[in-house]
Amino acid sequence: MELITTGYAGTMESNDIMITVEPSDQDGVQVELTSSVYQQFGKQIIAVIRETVASYGVENALITAVDKGALDCTVRARVSTALMRSAKRSDYTWEVRQDV
Amino acid sequence: MVELNNIPHIDEISNHGVFAGAAEKKTATFSERYHQQNKIVPSLEEAIRRTGLKDGMTISFHHHFRNGDHVINMVMDKLAEMGFKNLTLAASSLASVHAPLIKHIKNGVITHIETSGLRGELAEEISRGLMDCPVVFRSHGGRASAIRSGDLHIDVAFMGAPSCDPYGNANGYSRDDDDGIACGSLGYARTDTEYADNVIIITNHLVAYPNAPWAIPEYDVDYVVLADDIGDPKGIMSGATRYTKDPKELLIAKTAANVIEATGYLYDGFSMQMGSGGASLATARFLRQKMIDQNIHCRFALGGITGQITAMHEEGLIDRILDVQSFDLDAALSLKNNHFHHQIGATYYASHMISAAVDQLDFVILSALEIDTDFNVNVLTGSDGVIRGAIGGHPDTAEGASLSVVVAPLTRGRIPTIVKHVNTVVTPGEMVDVVVTDQGIAVNPRRTDLKEKIEAAGLHVFTIEQLQQRAEALVGVPDPIRYKDRIVGVVMYRDNTIIDVIRQIDEDE
Repeated sequence: MELITTGYAGTMESNDIMITVEPSDQDGVQVELTSSVYQQFGKQIIAVIRETVASYGVENALITAVDKGALDCTVRARVSTALMRSAKRSDYTWEVRQDV
Repeated sequence: MVELNNIPHIDEISNHGVFAGAAEKKTATFSERYHQQNKIVPSLEEAIRRTGLKDGMTISFHHHFRNGDHVINMVMDKLAEMGFKNLTLAASSLASVHAPLIKHIKNGVITHIETSGLRGELAEEISRGLMDCPVVFRSHGGRASAIRSGDLHIDVAFMGAPSCDPYGNANGYSRDDDDGIACGSLGYARTDTEYADNVIIITNHLVAYPNAPWAIPEYDVDYVVLADDIGDPKGIMSGATRYTKDPKELLIAKTAANVIEATGYLYDGFSMQMGSGGASLATARFLRQKMIDQNIHCRFALGGITGQITAMHEEGLIDRILDVQSFDLDAALSLKNNHFHHQIGATYYASHMISAAVDQLDFVILSALEIDTDFNVNVLTGSDGVIRGAIGGHPDTAEGASLSVVVAPLTRGRIPTIVKHVNTVVTPGEMVDVVVTDQGIAVNPRRTDLKEKIEAAGLHVFTIEQLQQRAEALVGVPDPIRYKDRIVGVVMYRDNTIIDVIRQIDEDE
């Protein structure tokens, strides 16, 4: 998947995470996370963001995440949406589970 | 003539010798007298000087002005200006408004703190190792016992009061006229004023003698100081404690009310205490309906009092209110207007040294930051290890009540409430009977009687381990908090034995 523009998803409400995806010239995926639960869950949130980005075949990106205690499922959903918006794609079928 | 030697057994009759003649007869009017012989001192500085306060002594404050308090900062600024050092500050509690104390700790004016709780910037700095001597945390009952026993000796008590007369009769409201500041009960101040060597009342509202009813009698007061500003009414209390609309809290409250009914402690003539948290307050609403439906009434409600409780009193559902602290303006107004809404002191409320009001409780609804699988409760330190709470009457009421119910959401955001080990033990698991979350009830295995009754009522009971695992399945396993070895806080149980310590947080990368 090719990132074209800046894609946003999420809110600053508690239990949510605000994700900004930007195309990057540098190699690799950079993740900048601020989180209200950084000490307890920072590593895990970053790992989930990286896994989700990788699952879309994106290799270079700058991800900025502002977390207010989102669960892993929320992190995946927000990252997926931000990636789609960044890639200007709308060929998603959210209602179909990929693992079924 | 009386001759002592002629009186048989005079050595055994306590006396101060023979009457030496009467004092001069008073002739001035009451009005003239009280303008001449009152306790008003022209300035705070002069009052401090007259108490004989010295470096190294202990000063005390109450927390009835909550986050609207201006007294502590004002007095500490004055003491710093006068050059005092090495003081112990013993407050019934401290709030985020007291962040300016940080500078007085850094400059050596305050070298030790005793309190029920800490919040905000001051709490964060102390968690990062601001003070050399650990902060001593006591429950409201534990503090009252420490003062009564002499473990905590107060040299000078500085007590803010929303009304006071020239002789020192002080109260948290006024029957004369409203000056815009009221805090309701002054229960925690009563212990300080009874036992402190010197008491200074700081008031913005001088009323005519006698300021009846009073919380603090004039014989416990040495000096009265007038100040323009003792607090911000908005921070002291809100108009009415908000009734929650959060469906999670409502679910917890409804379940808690059903649990109480199932256990048999909701009977005609029962006694109760409610915390001021959302779920705890909402429980009162559900209990109210059960009381009306079953035509039963409550003999007394205790503790920190809210408008929810006073409304039930005014409806005739609660006979008596024992009020150590009024949480909102409705509660303060009820204390002023309702004859059977009674103000009590901290000792009467919760001291383990006497037969206290908490010992007459059927049930108490309490909140928690964390509960562990041994039922230990933490209300003092957050999930990041930083101090952000207060013990309050938690251990006092949990021990005093026959049924202690802790209400809390299973998770708060991504933070689990039910954990394997709490960061800080404030109330020991032995005193916690039932935990009610939005995702299930757990009963302490020590209370097999309760489990049977709750299940017989058709409610499902989980083990506390099941609730802990459920929380973990939702949020994952948090990385442990990193602490340094240094102890920054000592947590006392209500009998002033040390139940736990709080360590400095380790933020090094």
